[in-house]
Amino acid sequence: MNTVLKMFLNLVIIGSVSGVVLAVAFHYADPMIQANKEKELKEAIFVVLPDAKEYRALEKTVGSDKIVVYQGVGANNAPVGVAFKADGGGFQGNIGVMVGLELDYLKLRGIKILDQVETPGLGNRIAEPKFEEQFKGVEIAPRIEYIKNRKPEKPNQIQSITGATISSDAVVKNINNAIGKVIKAFPKEELLVVAPGQTDKPKATH
Amino acid sequence: MADAPISLWHEFKKGLWQDIPPFRLVLGTCPTLAVTNSVENGIAMGLATLFVLLCSNVIISAVRKQIAGQVRIAAYVVIIALVVTVADMFLAAMFPPISKALGPYVPLIVVNCIILGRAEAFAQKNPVLPSVFDALGIGIGFVMSLATMGVIRELLGFGSIFNFKILSEAIFEPWIVMILPAGAFMVFGGLVALVNFISHRRSSGIIS
Repeated sequence: MNTVLKMFLNLVIIGSVSGVVLAVAFHYADPMIQANKEKELKEAIFVVLPDAKEYRALEKTVGSDKIVVYQGVGANNAPVGVAFKADGGGFQGNIGVMVGLELDYLKLRGIKILDQVETPGLGNRIAEPKFEEQFKGVEIAPRIEYIKNRKPEKPNQIQSITGATISSDAVVKNINNAIGKVIKAFPKEELLVVAPGQTDKPKATH
Repeated sequence: MADAPISLWHEFKKGLWQDIPPFRLVLGTCPTLAVTNSVENGIAMGLATLFVLLCSNVIISAVRKQIAGQVRIAAYVVIIALVVTVADMFLAAMFPPISKALGPYVPLIVVNCIILGRAEAFAQKNPVLPSVFDALGIGIGFVMSLATMGVIRELLGFGSIFNFKILSEAIFEPWIVMILPAGAFMVFGGLVALVNFISHRRSSGIIS
């Protein structure tokens, strides 16, 4: 009886103390984590649209999907490009990519990997500039493709990472999917005029 | 306890050769195989493990007399998971760049058997201070092992060390297999054999 009670109390106490510690840690950490993510998202917009001075967030609901795009606005108050986040499954979990697109919907301006939990040393090299840079100026029609172990031959191709084909494939797929949705939801004429509403200027940390 | 400093030193030193993980103490081979394809990754994983090992050894040795033997493993796992989760949140909140770099490693530590292994083999039988030295020794040994694996694999697989090109591609064709899992097994096997060979020669008195 005594041992049973001790075992019982042990686990109850350890469980409750751990729960309380986690709850307290989460309570303090979560707002900061969210703020960091928000900041990262904003910075990524200016990475994929380098000539933007500010951006407007536009939102549309298509079916059950909420589609958010960020219209980059340049120095002379003219739109310079559109950015949006592409999410989708990778090798081990979600890969979130910020994608920058030309306003004529022909070429990518650039991409930036925001979230990924791919295998260290293999899949996580999708977040290295060497991989991301390849997407600058890639044509999106009919779709972006990847090829293995060779330099890209067509203007809509990039080279996948050796040993991380699944992760490279996932990035390309996510981008293609998101581009499809954005093009459907936002006809290009809508993005040629600067949208009214919420604006955000880059932080002066660059 | 007149010889306390000597035995503390012994607890520390044993992790560096005699019980060095994962070659002598064959625990924690999963991260060893998975993340050592570059030196940087190996060291990051090693340091993160060192930190968690230190915290869990301290907590477990502090509460060791209160824990009933029958439920100790469950209790240790909860404590280890708690330390890892809090460390993960702390990094994400306070040091986002480090958290980003370490991203996938931190949750992996929960299932690293070195942590549970040291709790079971050492911290539950010893006071806090020796447990600290045990954790430091084993942890630093682990960092050294992962760095060694990383040096070999990154040099042969990418021709670089710390992402710094050493072997130019003109004279050296990188062995892609070294950065893939197969290369990890080959290097790991080779190093286990080497460490065993040296220990065996030492203990049979050929090398003093």
